[in-house]
Amino acid sequence: MISHWLIGWISQLGRCLRPRADGCSCPHASAFGQRWLRLSSAAAVRMGRARRQELGVILSLSPQEVARLADLARIELSLAEQERLAGQLDVILAAVAVVGPAAQGDIRPTSHPLPLVNVFRPDVLAPGLGQADVLAMSPAQEGGRFKVPRILEEEA
Amino acid sequence: MTGLADLGAAELADLLASGQVSSVEAVQACLDRIEAADAAVGAFLHVDADRALAAARAVDARRAAGADLPPLAGVPVAVKDAFAMTGAPTTCGSRLLEHWRPPYDSSVVRRLQEAGLVIVGKTNMDEFAMGSSTENSAFGPTRNPWDLGRIPGGSGGGSAAALAAYEAPLAIGSDTGGSIRQPAAVTGTVGVKPTYGGVSRYGLVAMASSLDQPGPCARSVLDAALLHAVIGGYDPKDSTSIDAPVPDVVAAARSGDVAGLRIGVVAELGGEGYAPGVEQRFHEAVALLEAAGAKVSEVSCPHFDLALAAYYLIMPSEASSNLARFDAMRYGLRVGDDGSRSAEQVMRLSRARGFGDEVKRRVILGTYALSSGYFDAYYGSAQKVRTLIGQDFTAAFERVDVLVSPTCPTTAWPFGERLADPLSMYKADLCTIPSNLAGGPAASFPAGLAPEDGLPVGFHVMAPPLAEDRLYLVGTALERALEPSGAPLAARLVGKELTL
Repeated sequence: MISHWLIGWISQLGRCLRPRADGCSCPHASAFGQRWLRLSSAAAVRMGRARRQELGVILSLSPQEVARLADLARIELSLAEQERLAGQLDVILAAVAVVGPAAQGDIRPTSHPLPLVNVFRPDVLAPGLGQADVLAMSPAQEGGRFKVPRILEEEA
Repeated sequence: MTGLADLGAAELADLLASGQVSSVEAVQACLDRIEAADAAVGAFLHVDADRALAAARAVDARRAAGADLPPLAGVPVAVKDAFAMTGAPTTCGSRLLEHWRPPYDSSVVRRLQEAGLVIVGKTNMDEFAMGSSTENSAFGPTRNPWDLGRIPGGSGGGSAAALAAYEAPLAIGSDTGGSIRQPAAVTGTVGVKPTYGGVSRYGLVAMASSLDQPGPCARSVLDAALLHAVIGGYDPKDSTSIDAPVPDVVAAARSGDVAGLRIGVVAELGGEGYAPGVEQRFHEAVALLEAAGAKVSEVSCPHFDLALAAYYLIMPSEASSNLARFDAMRYGLRVGDDGSRSAEQVMRLSRARGFGDEVKRRVILGTYALSSGYFDAYYGSAQKVRTLIGQDFTAAFERVDVLVSPTCPTTAWPFGERLADPLSMYKADLCTIPSNLAGGPAASFPAGLAPEDGLPVGFHVMAPPLAEDRLYLVGTALERALEPSGAPLAARLVGKELTL
């Protein structure tokens, strides 16, 4: 089972390292990729399958899952796009999964390079954008307001 | 006699101040150069000659009236099309914003205008700043003036190429993972990413808000410092703006004294995967700095190996959230609104039509990394790795004053080479990403041409937060050591025929 998973992992990473079908390949990118491959594979081996599941890391996205994500992101995707993206996202997700094992232990997460504080401007009246300026770039407007398509779905 | 377009900003500013040259002449020289070269280079998305000349005339009139003008008044500048500017399109390289004209000016644009600089146009970029080659622009790629068959870097390839093609002496960029520095490296120009919060993001179209940082681009170190001084400093309109004085970058760029400066060569950023010519020029540059009095040692930053992975979780996550604003309701592209479709359906169709492949890829990747069940494994872990990278920097800066590496592992690559393979494209930013994650300033300076292909190599310098002056000290020291005449590396392109 573990060996089966490892083969899958390496073949996914290998996909990005193979010479391209048109014969055009970049020796630097490929040497680079091999270094990346070693780092990622080593990390994966260290992580182990059980831990990987516990962390919720998956290494294969189906076109259907991509379609679901596209739905959440409000982007219409063709079937061909779903399939192409599934393959590409697999490779990317496999590569970025190295953060999992590295982030074990009591490490404070950093969301921002600066300590964020609430900032207030002086409470001074100043002119804002006028209605005409705000509406000027709207795709459609009516009666001084944004005109949008209906926001309720058709009743069944 | 060289033409006015061949002069740097500092030289032009002197001629303008002494009245030997007018701003109209300087701006016209750039416009003529754009007219001659940009059909081949494609650095600009939008040039407004009439408006630029009107602004130049206004500066000339104020000077003639005896006004005390800021140092760069009348000097032309190009602005990346990610910065909002009234009276001009701001497309961010996207079909979705193709016809958008912002109702307000970004703080960077406003500061340029207040300092009397003349904006000649808006430069090309990867769509929403997502890319390392400018091939992701919806309006076609920009070409590298060193070799028109190669990429000019990205996302700010337009700004870097405009400088290398002598279409403008100064340009503005924005850097989320290397979008100022990597284009500078592959075009033989100077690019600086200031400390996060050092230059206002107000009016910069957001990609990843905790990483994005505007900065100066130029052909020489002093020119970059002069521009940095104009755009830097506290802005109440940006809640992450740092309320502290900008380090004296101009004095540092004029000095170039690196005697006693402790330089740390990052052990992890080099070796396998780096082009031989990049490594060679990098090590030569380190030796030159050592000869100029710097103390060089090797420093290990063990978590830098994880920076690319952390970045490709954090950046898409923030981008997927930021780009949610493009909903086809208030501005931007709207398609499919024929009365039969709901707002949600129109939104989906508009985003499908308006976004290119790379933007879709990153928005969906970010949506996944932030989704319930995977958040801790991906985004949460990446945030912890971000902490580890910050700790690497902190530990390193206890031993050295600056860290150095190549800017990009390779020189400019041919068009199309990495388009089908996102990971290989992403790796162009391997050396530049750690500074975005930790927030400190960093810069790329020309280090000469790689022997194997004759293309520019970038020397990357990283400093602690608010220590930008150290970047400029190193940059000027290197510039002087490499070219005693003071001519920038890109001067070798003067007179080059740029036609397809």
